[in-house]
Amino acid sequence: MAAAEKPPVTGFGPLNCVVGWVDARFPLIKLWEEQWGKYIAPKNFNFWYYFGSLAAFVLVLQIVTGIFLTMNYKPDATQAFASVEYIMREVPFGWLIRYMHSTGASAFFIVVYLHMFRSLLYGSHRQPRELLWIFGVLIYLCLMGEAFFGYLLPWGQMSFWGAQVIVNLFGSVPFIGPDLSEWIRGDYVISDATLNRFFAFHVIAIPLVLIGLVAAHLTALHEVGSNNPDGVEIKKQPKDPQTGLPLDGIYSHPYYTIKDLYGVAVFLFVFAIVVFFAPEMGGYFLEANNFIPADSLKTPPHIAPVWYFTPYYSILRAIPPLFNSQFPGVAAMGAATLILFFLPWLDRSPVKSIRYRGPIYKVALTAFVVTFLLLGYLGTEPTNVWGQFGPWLGNVERATVIARIGTLIYFAFFVLMPWYSRIDKVKPEPQRLT
Amino acid sequence: MTDQVNSGRRKVVAITAAAGACAGVAAALPFAASMLPSERAKALGAPVEADISGLAPGEMQILEWRGKPVWIIRRTPEMLAGIKKSEGNLADPKSEVPQQPAYAQNEFRSIKDEYAVLVGVCTHLGCSPQFKSLDAQAEMGADWGGGFYCPCHGSKFDFAGHVYKGVPAPINLQVPPYTYLSDTKILIGDDTKGA
Repeated sequence: MAAAEKPPVTGFGPLNCVVGWVDARFPLIKLWEEQWGKYIAPKNFNFWYYFGSLAAFVLVLQIVTGIFLTMNYKPDATQAFASVEYIMREVPFGWLIRYMHSTGASAFFIVVYLHMFRSLLYGSHRQPRELLWIFGVLIYLCLMGEAFFGYLLPWGQMSFWGAQVIVNLFGSVPFIGPDLSEWIRGDYVISDATLNRFFAFHVIAIPLVLIGLVAAHLTALHEVGSNNPDGVEIKKQPKDPQTGLPLDGIYSHPYYTIKDLYGVAVFLFVFAIVVFFAPEMGGYFLEANNFIPADSLKTPPHIAPVWYFTPYYSILRAIPPLFNSQFPGVAAMGAATLILFFLPWLDRSPVKSIRYRGPIYKVALTAFVVTFLLLGYLGTEPTNVWGQFGPWLGNVERATVIARIGTLIYFAFFVLMPWYSRIDKVKPEPQRLT
Repeated sequence: MTDQVNSGRRKVVAITAAAGACAGVAAALPFAASMLPSERAKALGAPVEADISGLAPGEMQILEWRGKPVWIIRRTPEMLAGIKKSEGNLADPKSEVPQQPAYAQNEFRSIKDEYAVLVGVCTHLGCSPQFKSLDAQAEMGADWGGGFYCPCHGSKFDFAGHVYKGVPAPINLQVPPYTYLSDTKILIGDDTKGA
């Protein structure tokens, strides 16, 4: 019925009949045009708009390299470590695929953090894009799960003890904690059973959810339309009488196809430099202790998660135990990630973009970014990294005090936002994009 | 056809949906249960026997129980004195938090003063603390009475597993259930058998 109303397919030369045959039975042209080809985007996307498409690119990279790694990896506590070394030394180009995967994990977080920062800059989480933002936060949480599960697989010391620390976090949940962590491990300790299930989560469960969420994220984006550096809705603009597009709208294809491809090319330059010359990144991307096989009886002298978790790890360490339980720290760490969900409703500014916001938001955002980076740095170091204050301050560790202040700033950025975003002096938004 | 809602049919639909939801939850249970420790894992968690006949005074022996390190420390009178000395710095010197069987809720948290049996896993986040003797005062501070130091986040414990005040670990080290099978044999993980 619908097929009869479609115009005949043109533009594919001799393949017109093939594409036409498919299109009569599957909404091929419609999907392409809605999702990208005729998707109308604001004309002023800048640097910060590279990171969405780059995230999609890194996702594909991780899936492809991951598939090839599973061809040689063995999810078995007695063989896992050796199988990774086998991949590194004996499988043709195994080292390249593995380093692409391990570097890709860090690249994923860099790209996603910058993508999220873009939202804070231009208010991309604001109405009508709240659900788009929520899908994004869910993707971020999935990514954290994916990274955590994946980090156990090489079965090195840091894999083992990192997983031990994180699973024990669940052990501090009141009442059900010890049973819960036993259920997650499938044993009384991180063991072969844990490794096997983490492998299942890492290679199939989470990636499936992740791909579904990415599809939902893109569908929601293409439904509400992209925000832009001015935070002005192009859908509300009058249409250009010649093209029928909003005055400041352009088709994604070919304009943003070309821009995003350029971004991918630059990204690959940087990515290749890391993969070939600094795949361990001085211990930040791959930790030295992880080149020692896991040993359940010997804790490495210093345990730190990989850099992308360290801001939250700092928050965890900063909260002192209460009533003989370290659950408050765990709860604070959980709250620090979950509070992101509420951002669209915490932000009460009449304007979206930082270009028209007042000084308070600019200061708040700067403080937030500096705090996030500082907490991230502290999380990679032992708590005595900056020594102690003198006895007149109770010999407390300097880094712990700074982390506590950082934790306060982190939460204040969100909790006080309904207040400071409203009283901030804003400039009027323009009608057209600038 | 009428626009009126047939409330009887609505009720059947609701009951069917609720029954379906129950069936869904019931179907999920075996999957969730499959993630619990298997029979083999439980069997490997069985009690272990320790022979302490070769343990010299001041020495520590480490064995594995349920994949966790269990320490047996033969404490000298100086080490016991160190425990008394550090009492003022401890968070729970009377062992009020149930981190030990009732028979080990005493000054030295053990059945016999000479031998400490402790699960060597930090109560903060599960790292394994390091042995720091009485001589480690340069590193651990002048009031150090000997004990353990967790390298992960700096928690400190004395030779009875008491946790120090103001460190990340909230409670004392765990004393596992154990019993003396003879003067030189300890059974760890079970206190219902033995002498």
